[in-house]
Amino acid sequence: MGDSAYLPSAASAVPVAVPTATVPSRHSVLVRVTHWITTLCFFALLVSGAEIVVSHPRFYWGETGNDLTAPLFKLPIPASRNFVPSGYGYVLPDQNGWSRYLHFQTAWVLVFTGLLYLVSVWLNGHVRRDLLPNKADLSWRVFSKDVVSHLRFKRPTEADAWSYNLLQRLSYLFVIFVLFPFVVWTGLAMSPAFVSAVPAAVNVLGGQQSARTLHFFVSVALVLFLIVHVGMVWLAGFRSRMRAMITGKMITGKMLTGKIIAGRAATPRADTTEEGT
Amino acid sequence: MSVSRRKLITTGLAATAGALGLGVAARLAQKYGLVPPDHGGFYGVGETLNYASQRLLTRHSLAREFSRSQISKPPFPNEIPPLNEEFKRLQAGKFADWRLTINGMVAHPASFSLDQLKSYPSQSQITMVQCEEGWSYIAEWIGVPLAHILQAVEVHPQARYVVYFSIDPEWWDSIDMADALHPQTFLTYGMNGDELPVGNGGPLRLRVPRQLGYKSVKFITHLTVTDNLKTFGKGLGSASPEGGYAWYAGI
Repeated sequence: MGDSAYLPSAASAVPVAVPTATVPSRHSVLVRVTHWITTLCFFALLVSGAEIVVSHPRFYWGETGNDLTAPLFKLPIPASRNFVPSGYGYVLPDQNGWSRYLHFQTAWVLVFTGLLYLVSVWLNGHVRRDLLPNKADLSWRVFSKDVVSHLRFKRPTEADAWSYNLLQRLSYLFVIFVLFPFVVWTGLAMSPAFVSAVPAAVNVLGGQQSARTLHFFVSVALVLFLIVHVGMVWLAGFRSRMRAMITGKMITGKMLTGKIIAGRAATPRADTTEEGT
Repeated sequence: MSVSRRKLITTGLAATAGALGLGVAARLAQKYGLVPPDHGGFYGVGETLNYASQRLLTRHSLAREFSRSQISKPPFPNEIPPLNEEFKRLQAGKFADWRLTINGMVAHPASFSLDQLKSYPSQSQITMVQCEEGWSYIAEWIGVPLAHILQAVEVHPQARYVVYFSIDPEWWDSIDMADALHPQTFLTYGMNGDELPVGNGGPLRLRVPRQLGYKSVKFITHLTVTDNLKTFGKGLGSASPEGGYAWYAGI
């Protein structure tokens, strides 16, 4: 099972000389552009968010929290304001001003990009075709097989390059439809003006400080996703996957030996079922 | 080839429509007062989107009010800049000589003592102070709605902003008329059933509960009603953008 992953998989390879120009794009222009805008936004939000957090690296639950109330937890770092009881004898440089400007401006770019992406992929069938798991794959057997092969750091097969496996689909769906909307929601729930118009946005989260704490947790979850995502790209072949997400062209091992991989249409989701045969 | 030409044409049309749309949006935003004074520079677009969207969404919305049991105990006085000699002199006289002066686009420029402000029917609200740093507390704020005072001095109809000044000359800010006339914007002189402590901005603090704490300037001594913020400081609307912070702090 372990070795076979490196061998050509008969079902997924068509050893004919298809001109490179007709090879279908691995990722559509829309997916590629929104992917990299989101990447830029994510780093801008992460840096500016971290800068904002260090001005008060204490987290609370409920409506209110300050230096006089017990925190739910605090980060083991000094603060950028001298009156926060951080337990450290020094104060970090305060960068809150531009961080807040950058955080909100980037949030707008991210929201517009996200809306463009969501509407487009919903209409063009990308969600149904590439992200929603196949009915056949929705079983514990496929799921556990996928988990095991991930845990063994098994290199993906050629077929995997053209389609997402079950775990991949589930994590992308979770990030796109749960984590990103939730991070926007919890961010808005911290805005005193926004919640004056939509008080339920913060009330159902348990209060303004709860929203802040949840915003932090979702951000941590997104960072964890990023680490795993980049790790998997590395494992699958950093250069080929990066090229696919930048130019849309997928170059695989067989292409280099004069063969070519058939497009998605000719590969009936061999990704999870064919693997290890 | 025809596909790429079609693509080119649709892309061109979309770009033109987008540019036109932005132009129209900018004109409308100007007309309806949705452009903040610190709209210039790299972050101007984001700031304008923050202010315009929230102003449209929140023109009449009320800040959340809380129950008496949710009042933070003990009350949280955050660090304040060193008090100047003038403040100390007025404090020694139990603030009997504290004055709030109002001028600008008003029919009757006026000067109020604290007792005169207290002669107006007092109101109270239990609202949250939220700092841009991340901490917060809830208190009962007692005072007179700014709208009542603005009514008393008769604000000109073309007024667009109220600029407010602290006794600390480095601390001044401004709000638009939607916030200035908002029923929860108070000239606050009491807290939790008592005098407003100096640590929380006493003897007089402007409370703007739909914006972050730094818009609720402490130790208020002067208000100016205007239709143009360009003539104040560097023309960015308040001391905050001069120090790197947004003028609009509803988010």
